[in-house]
Amino acid sequence: MNGSFDILMVGIGGQGTILASNILGEACLIEGRHVKGAETHGMAQRGGSVESHIRIDGLFGPLIPPGQADLMISFDLLEALRYSHYLKKEGRLVVNNHLVLPTSVYTQKLVAPTEDEIIAALKKHTLCLLDADKMASDAGSPLSQNVVMLGAASGSIPLKPESLLEAVRRLVPKKTVEINTKAFEMGREFGGICR
Amino acid sequence: MERKYLLGNEAIAHACVESGVDFVSGYPGTPSSEVIDVLRTQPDRSYYLEWSVNEKVALENALAAAWCGIRALCTMKHVGLNVAADPLMTSAYTGVTGGLVIMSADDPFAHSSQNEQDTRCFAKFARVPCLDPASVQEAHDMIPSAFRLSEEFGLPVIFRPTTRICHSKGDVALGEVVPSTRKGEFHKDPRQYVVIPAHTRILHKKLNEKQPAIKKRLVELGYNQFEIRGKTAVIASGIAASYVQELLPDGVSFMKIGAYPIDEEWLGAFVNKHEKVLVIEELAPEVEEVVRQVAGCVPVFGKKNGYGSYEGELSPPAVAAILVKAGLLPANPFPSVDPVQNLPLRPPILCAGCLHRSAAYAIKKVFKDSIYPSDIGCYTLGLQMGVVDTTICMGASITVASGIAHSGDPRDILCTIGDSTFLHTGIQGLLNAVYNGANMTVVILDNRITAMTGHQPNPNTGQTACGVESPHVSLDALCRACGVHFVESVDPFDITGMMHVLEGAKKRKGVKVIIAKQMCVISARRAGVKRGRYQVDADACTGCGNCVRFGCPAIVFADEKAQINDLCSGCAVCVQICPVGAIGREGKR
Repeated sequence: MNGSFDILMVGIGGQGTILASNILGEACLIEGRHVKGAETHGMAQRGGSVESHIRIDGLFGPLIPPGQADLMISFDLLEALRYSHYLKKEGRLVVNNHLVLPTSVYTQKLVAPTEDEIIAALKKHTLCLLDADKMASDAGSPLSQNVVMLGAASGSIPLKPESLLEAVRRLVPKKTVEINTKAFEMGREFGGICR
Repeated sequence: MERKYLLGNEAIAHACVESGVDFVSGYPGTPSSEVIDVLRTQPDRSYYLEWSVNEKVALENALAAAWCGIRALCTMKHVGLNVAADPLMTSAYTGVTGGLVIMSADDPFAHSSQNEQDTRCFAKFARVPCLDPASVQEAHDMIPSAFRLSEEFGLPVIFRPTTRICHSKGDVALGEVVPSTRKGEFHKDPRQYVVIPAHTRILHKKLNEKQPAIKKRLVELGYNQFEIRGKTAVIASGIAASYVQELLPDGVSFMKIGAYPIDEEWLGAFVNKHEKVLVIEELAPEVEEVVRQVAGCVPVFGKKNGYGSYEGELSPPAVAAILVKAGLLPANPFPSVDPVQNLPLRPPILCAGCLHRSAAYAIKKVFKDSIYPSDIGCYTLGLQMGVVDTTICMGASITVASGIAHSGDPRDILCTIGDSTFLHTGIQGLLNAVYNGANMTVVILDNRITAMTGHQPNPNTGQTACGVESPHVSLDALCRACGVHFVESVDPFDITGMMHVLEGAKKRKGVKVIIAKQMCVISARRAGVKRGRYQVDADACTGCGNCVRFGCPAIVFADEKAQINDLCSGCAVCVQICPVGAIGREGKR
């Protein structure tokens, strides 16, 4: 069997899941560990629901089977619920407390659950809910939201925080290293409390 | 050896540089596009590189390069190989002197495609070797082998990764980059390169004679390999082999197939050491058919007798289910779990400020109850707006429109096609429609880029793949040269203006072309175009919902009023849609 630590990252195309997955991959390289991943590219990205699989110490396939993820990081409440069946029973959930309604709600008159309903449903897992948008803005840029999320999840990830932080520094644009370092640390601090 | 965390396509691109590739051509198509996108942005390129106008053009260019003795790579998605099928089939006869690797990326489950065809069938049809990687690392490692194999047998080699290889990631051990010192030189040899009947009959025989040696060589290369561990065996190919390795119980033999054609003698010897053989592969039963040919009395389990599906992609749970059904696993280690039901879908949508949305809006207003053939690009998402009635393959909007026009349906026909698709295979259809007197309207959605696959330039962009300025193509002059008299350019953000031109086209007979020009909103943002945002005056808004039904992701509805969020890119189309004038420039109300 695989023996990997499986992380599913979900969100909406354009929210920065790919950079976040690259940071995790880079941190694995820094520690000399194997890693496998799979993600959504191409047409499916355009404002659609996207998923990124990361398997730390993964040796074979890149896909995490439903019901097997150790950790899920979601950039959106509705997407967290949509993919929540991927989590193990004892899996941990780190979710940005933010809901973007899909345009299908307006154009096809579909009914979306409310924020409260979603949060209630997510609570059957160990849930860490954070306002990553606000924390990212406080760190210096709303674009660092993905790094805030990683920081908040880092306590559950079997990688050293120094490796993750080094990976952040290597992969974000040079001008934003300071902001993203702060974003990671703010996220990490919050993640430590909300466990 | 350097190790990096790379996307499959990035690893493939790196391996091409390691192989000293000299010539690169291709046409973008998911999941293949990033290979050239990586290669075209490398500093200090020692190779020639182009985005070609279509896959046939790309392959013929690459073939010529390989005839000149240099190493050529040609990339496309699986359906692109249909377009390139004509040169492919005969290039197997003429052969090559320099290595020619044709990357045709398959898309099981049709994540971003119009079908699930299997490139391995094409390789068999053309009688050329085909390499089918099981992992990102193997995809990387196969590329140098593919070039050497091509040179050894003087044949094009097809490299067939799938979406789960191209868009997977892994820690990849990279090799040294060795810049090429080859110089292309064409040696005239009409018996090889002029396929008149007298020559081609001989070339066909030579192609067939190469086959046994190819099969032996592929086994020696180690891409087809096995381990005997018991009396039952699993044979798997491509990414399915990785899933099987994750799940295979002890005491079950395993054979991995990564290269075609398979050596039947070698395969038969393995199969006949077992009492039962299970074949697991995605899409066509390519491996299974050969296994069945050599199995004799050994029972074979595969999709032909219900163990696996002909459609879609495999996954660890799907492979586990096949192993359970075949009695190789006691229970599925991944019990099925139900997703939360009835959540509103979040399909891909057109961006806020996309020209396709406003063009579709104007079309729907003027050409009510018409027939709308469409094509392949972001604008296929116009399906959500009711202006896409057909899509079949690249360029087929115009041809389907003329076909319907000549079939007697009295309704108006308006087809839509993007600029890149028009230049790919649309022009011939237009020429044909004019020549044969069809009555129809063609709207070319001109955003000057191949947007959907990741913003690759095309001849209409005015820039080559490597960023060199290129002569400007006039779509207007091209259409007029095809014999179209009614050619009008419009700004699709000007709804009234576009509707006026559409009304003019609707009144006339013959083929009418309307070119709707606006930059792709993503390229505009990258180019630093700033239009300013818009906002809703909550006091004036009556909550009628016209603007939210337009489907722009920048417009949301809260407390019975419309609101515009920060996705707004300032196209101002909603200003024209609002019946009470409640939308205006931000800060100006």
